[in-house]
Formats: sequence, structure tokens, C-alpha cells
Amino acid sequence: MTSTTLDHHHDHQAHSDSIDVFGFWIYIMTDCVLFATLFAAFAVLHVDNAAGPTLKQIIHLPYVLGETMFLLASSFTYGLAMLGVYKQSRARAVFWLIVTFCLGLSFVVMEVREFMHLYADGNSWHISAALSSFFTLVGTHGTHVSFGLIWMALMIGQLLKYGTSPSVNRRLTYLGLFWHFLDIVWIFVFTIVYLMGVI
Amino acid sequence: MSDHATTQMKYGAKAKTLKSYMTGLTLSLIFTFSAFAVIGKHLLSVPASYITITALAVAQLFAQVICFLRMNVSREGNWNTMPFIFTFIVVGVLVGGSLWIMYNLDVNMM
Repeated sequence: MTSTTLDHHHDHQAHSDSIDVFGFWIYIMTDCVLFATLFAAFAVLHVDNAAGPTLKQIIHLPYVLGETMFLLASSFTYGLAMLGVYKQSRARAVFWLIVTFCLGLSFVVMEVREFMHLYADGNSWHISAALSSFFTLVGTHGTHVSFGLIWMALMIGQLLKYGTSPSVNRRLTYLGLFWHFLDIVWIFVFTIVYLMGVI
Repeated sequence: MSDHATTQMKYGAKAKTLKSYMTGLTLSLIFTFSAFAVIGKHLLSVPASYITITALAVAQLFAQVICFLRMNVSREGNWNTMPFIFTFIVVGVLVGGSLWIMYNLDVNMM
């Protein structure tokens, strides 16, 4: 009797969790629309370089390939962390989350360096419409990744404190959706902004 | 029962396995390096480059959505897939429509 009640309670919990995750998925989709508007603005404005340099002159492809590798690797290691969570192994989950955090941080550091370099050369966002849309699109993605890193640091803390409890697992699922989504957006950033920029 | 539910945690996605992550990573690496090689080494003509890297980006989108996010068209997975398709349409209208309007304005203002 008790066991059926517990099972029922648990099913109910799992069901409401899956609705919560669905809600987070809807948020991810709205974020997609945000990025789509920025991509549209970039597509319209990327040739309007006024007195400033063309995008082709400021893009350094091997550097972008490096950033891409860091983000792709971090998306993969996040998956390994989730496998650790499923196995209820806190040590594995925390280890891979720390690896993911370091890879994500490397990505953000590379991007900030790129921006600082551009700014130091006098190619900042107020020079031309092309550069404004470039900084807005790439910067918005970088901001998302930075918030993801803060979130990840908090989740590492929660894992250490509470272990792989159901609510921690649910939050890690949210963060996983967010993190994989950011890597997917980056595919289009490097294709449309960087690769198409140098053709 | 409870153990089963907590270790799976699928939420409408297919089970995440090491194999699926490895497949996703391998495919993403192949698509990424191909795209950078095509542009970096000027392997193709300009129109062909645009088409190729767009195709590679879309291929990588699907590789990551299927292998990392584990989206699927099962009865439960449909709940996630439907908003995804809807968003695809919205994004298409938004980006395609903006470019169409701005192109027309550009031509007519000249």
C-alpha cells in the first residue's frame, strides 16, 4: 500500500518535472527568436561599413576555429557530466562540470580578447552599422555563455552540497538544454558571421 | 521504480548515451573542419562556398539536435519537437521576411 502511494507520488513528481522541462524548452525557443532577429539585423547591415574596415579585414579564421573547438568540446563534456549524474556518481558529474566550466571560460576569454583587440585598434561598435551588428550578435551570444558559466558554478556548488538529488538533476537538465543550445547558435555565428564574412 | 525514473530522466528526449555523444562530437568535428577548410583554403567558387557552408551548418544543427539534445518524433518527444518546428517557421519568416523587405527598400531607394 505504502509502496503504491509512493510510486504514485513519484510518478506525479516525474510528470510535473517533465512539464517544467517542457516550459524551459519553450524559453529556449523564444531565445532562438531573439537570436534570429539579431541575425536578420546582421544580414542586413554587415556590408554597411561606412568609414570603418570591412568585416573581412578584421576576421582571423584560425582564432575563430579555436573558439569553436572550445565550445564544441564543452558541449560534449557537459554530456559526460550528465552521464555521471544518471549513474548517480557525484564525483564524475562534478569533475566533468569543472572541465566544461574551464572550456566555456576559455571560449569567453578568447572572445573578450578578440573584442579588446578590435577596440584597441579603433574598430569598436560605434564606427559603422556593420560593426554595431557584429558586436551585438556575437556579444549577445558571449553574454549568454557567461551567464551559463555563472549558472554552472552554482550547480557545481549545489552538487557538492546536496548530491544528485532529483531537484538538482532537474536543474542540471535545464542547464544542459541551455548549454547545448548555445553551441548550436554558435554554429550559425561562425558560419554566417565569420566564414561568410571572409568569402 | 524510483531508481529507474531518476536514472533515466528523459523528459521527452531519447536516452542519452556515451555512444550518442561520441557520434554527435565526431559529426560536429567533421562538419566544422570541412566548413573551415572550404573557406580557409578557397577550395570552391564563391556561390558554391555559400551553398556548401550553409548545408554544413544545417547538417551540424541536426547532428547536435539529434545526438546532444536527443530530440525525436516519439509520442512523448513530439511535445518538444512541435515548438521546435514552430520556432523554425517563425525564424524563417523573421529572417527571410526582413531580408526580403530590406532588399526591396535598398533597390527602390537607389
